[in-house]
Amino acid sequence: MMAQPVITPATAPEAAPEIALSVRGLTIALPKSMERRYAVEDVSFDLHRGQILCVVGESGSGKSVTANTLLGLLPKVMKTTAGSITLEGREVIGMGAEELRDLRGRIVSMIFQDPLSALNPLMTVGAQVDEAMASHGMGTAETRRTRTLELLAEVGLPDPKLMYHQYPFRLSGGQRQRVMIAMALALEPTILIADEPTTALDVTTQAQILKLIRDIQRRKGMSVMFITHDFGVVAEIADSVVVMEKGHVVETGPADQVLRSPRHEYTQRLIAAVPHLRSEDRPAPAGSAEAPLLEVRNLVKTYASGSALLRTRRVVPAVQDVSFQLARGSTLGIVGESGSGKSSLGRLLVRLMDVDSGQILFDGKDIAALPEAEFRSFRPKIQMIFQDPFASLNPRMTIGGILTVGPMAHGMKAAEARAQARDLLKLVGLDTGAFGRYPHEFSGGQRQRIGIARALMFRPRLLVADEAVSALDVSIQAQILELLERIQRETGVSMVFITHDLRVASQICDEIAVMHKGRIVEHGPPSQIFQTPRSDYTRELVAAIPGEDFQRAAPAMALN
Amino acid sequence: MTDMTVSLPPQARWWQSRVVRRFTGNWLALLGLAMITLLTLACIFGPSLLPYDSLYVDLRARFAPPLSGQHYLGTDPLGRDIAARLLMAGRISLMVGFFAMLLATLLGTVVGVIAGYSGGWVNSVLMRTVDGFLSFPTIFLLLALAVALQPTPVMITIIIALTGWMEVARIVEAEVRSLKEREFVMAGRMLGLGRAHIMFREILPNAMGPIIVAATLTVARAILLEAYVSFLGFGIQPPLPSWGNMLNGAQQYLGTAPWLAIIPGVAITIAVTSFNFIGDGLRDALDVRKDTL
Repeated sequence: MMAQPVITPATAPEAAPEIALSVRGLTIALPKSMERRYAVEDVSFDLHRGQILCVVGESGSGKSVTANTLLGLLPKVMKTTAGSITLEGREVIGMGAEELRDLRGRIVSMIFQDPLSALNPLMTVGAQVDEAMASHGMGTAETRRTRTLELLAEVGLPDPKLMYHQYPFRLSGGQRQRVMIAMALALEPTILIADEPTTALDVTTQAQILKLIRDIQRRKGMSVMFITHDFGVVAEIADSVVVMEKGHVVETGPADQVLRSPRHEYTQRLIAAVPHLRSEDRPAPAGSAEAPLLEVRNLVKTYASGSALLRTRRVVPAVQDVSFQLARGSTLGIVGESGSGKSSLGRLLVRLMDVDSGQILFDGKDIAALPEAEFRSFRPKIQMIFQDPFASLNPRMTIGGILTVGPMAHGMKAAEARAQARDLLKLVGLDTGAFGRYPHEFSGGQRQRIGIARALMFRPRLLVADEAVSALDVSIQAQILELLERIQRETGVSMVFITHDLRVASQICDEIAVMHKGRIVEHGPPSQIFQTPRSDYTRELVAAIPGEDFQRAAPAMALN
Repeated sequence: MTDMTVSLPPQARWWQSRVVRRFTGNWLALLGLAMITLLTLACIFGPSLLPYDSLYVDLRARFAPPLSGQHYLGTDPLGRDIAARLLMAGRISLMVGFFAMLLATLLGTVVGVIAGYSGGWVNSVLMRTVDGFLSFPTIFLLLALAVALQPTPVMITIIIALTGWMEVARIVEAEVRSLKEREFVMAGRMLGLGRAHIMFREILPNAMGPIIVAATLTVARAILLEAYVSFLGFGIQPPLPSWGNMLNGAQQYLGTAPWLAIIPGVAITIAVTSFNFIGDGLRDALDVRKDTL
């Protein structure tokens, strides 16, 4: 069933679609020690000329492996065992290295998720774009230079002449991605493969890059294969969609059809899990009438680097004059883009960093200036959930050790700590057999549950969640949010939820504070932030959320 | 959906781990391990199995070449059995090497962990001390100390350790400095764990790989250094045999009885290269970068 090309000419745009890229029955074997036998199995789809095809799937679905195979960039341990890939009428499987190299860049180009590691840090931007052309023997030094400047202008980089001589580290994430796109366009390929090109970017930058890719694709009539995990992005950009799960294609079709009436159960689940903007406010929690649990007044933190003596001192304000209150049992979302100071604020609240000035009143007592020894008695009451579930658990400790080490350091008896750890493992939805296991045996979502259990071991009053769900797949994300919500209902804990994703914040927060360059630019209930934003920056943020039109058009389905 | 408990994959045994597989795939490292095991067993049990005691003087059999009668490796100028002396010397040399490594690694690790985790002026003071130690010519320091102090095996061990801990300290300091930025260390601080607990129970186990590698290479270096000072006559003093002072005694007979020098020389070479092979094998096996596909 899934081997059939489902896109019928009737639903495709007017001109008779010509196929730029065709994948048939592609099967790639994994080395023996891996948990499944095939990275992808019997994958078939077509990329029509002049269209954008989105390949959607969660991590481990085989979408990136598929893309790398198209360019012959498969890691050595993986072997293509069956199937064919036809690129502009030429068979790619079994093609020699020299022929493949000729194909890359000229016919197909690729842009990657992380533009910083994909760019050579020791070469200027101009030289890298130039090199892409020179390596295929195109033009003279003179014509290549002119062309490079044209390309830099085409991808919307300001002042191409100046940009030509810049090194990658000088540029912002969005600018780097624009340089990558310029490199990919250098040889005028007919097919562009984009592997999660906006995942590492802020939401406003993401919106700009998506628009750029769409514009260039239209202008040049290119065919684009766009790999993403985000259905919001799909809704923004796709003409047709391929949904992958665990190495299989489970659904293909025109974007509209897949988004509005997904047929496969996995697609339905994925779309339902996409956090959508919820602009109604949550009912006020029980403790909202009492004095606030946490009150922050005029908090300031600046980072200083370099030396005053050598006059290389640079001062970066991270948090500037931030004030807010948090009611008992409620959740405050701190939303902002990278560099807005939201993570610094979180670390100040749990005193992983020292405050420059200002007050943090926890239950009426100022904890901002307490020395570490005195603050130690507050630590059990204020706990944190970290962003990266792979880095936040000590790889050399068992789960039991990770959970019990904190309470035991604060004087809890070992037996009691172990019993509580087992209870909490159950509460966060893990088997108690996890107790003796090591972190590497768990998936990202499972590890994040362990991180949550660790924070709950003390029965804290305040939880600070720093991007607690951003490293997770959407379906896992939804589960973790649901878990946090349930924990709050059952324990009455107050939460500060730090995130870059407005959609996620709207799911779980009673109030939202938008941060920009270290300041809170707007603070209010979700209804205000999303429907009648008062500051320009908030308006910009809300407008940049990908795929909101499709969400608004089909809210009933998304909720189901 | 959140109530769903997850099924866990079967637990892997340690001998199925990638590290073990990579180590056993390296035949030089395996060879080194086998040689060291053999050498150690021979030194422990050999002397009691041989027909002669290492101190028994058989004046009629002076300068017997190898494979003459019961003297499998020949005899020395006093007619003492070389096989027995070699294995007794091996006990001393290997012990000095092993304990010097233990001391050096311990000292280096403690200094490295404290310097790496503390940063700031503590780091500056400790690491500049390391630089200071490193800037002394090792051999000169060793000889100066050996002349000034009583050259017993224990003292030689301590002296060798004092010249060998800096490498370990540097490796550990660099490792800890990168580990302390990881989120699990921050999580430890958030839980209110003490500094010593975070340093030695959270961070240190994660730095064991490089420490083990450095330790293995330190044994090789210590054995070599002991041989060096003993050869020059400032180390282990006769009649206690060590590989180094056996070489010393063989000097004047190089032309007439070359086996006196060749036999302990080969023993030193085997021990040192074997430890180096093991160290290299461990370094490759513990290199996590190879875990990515």
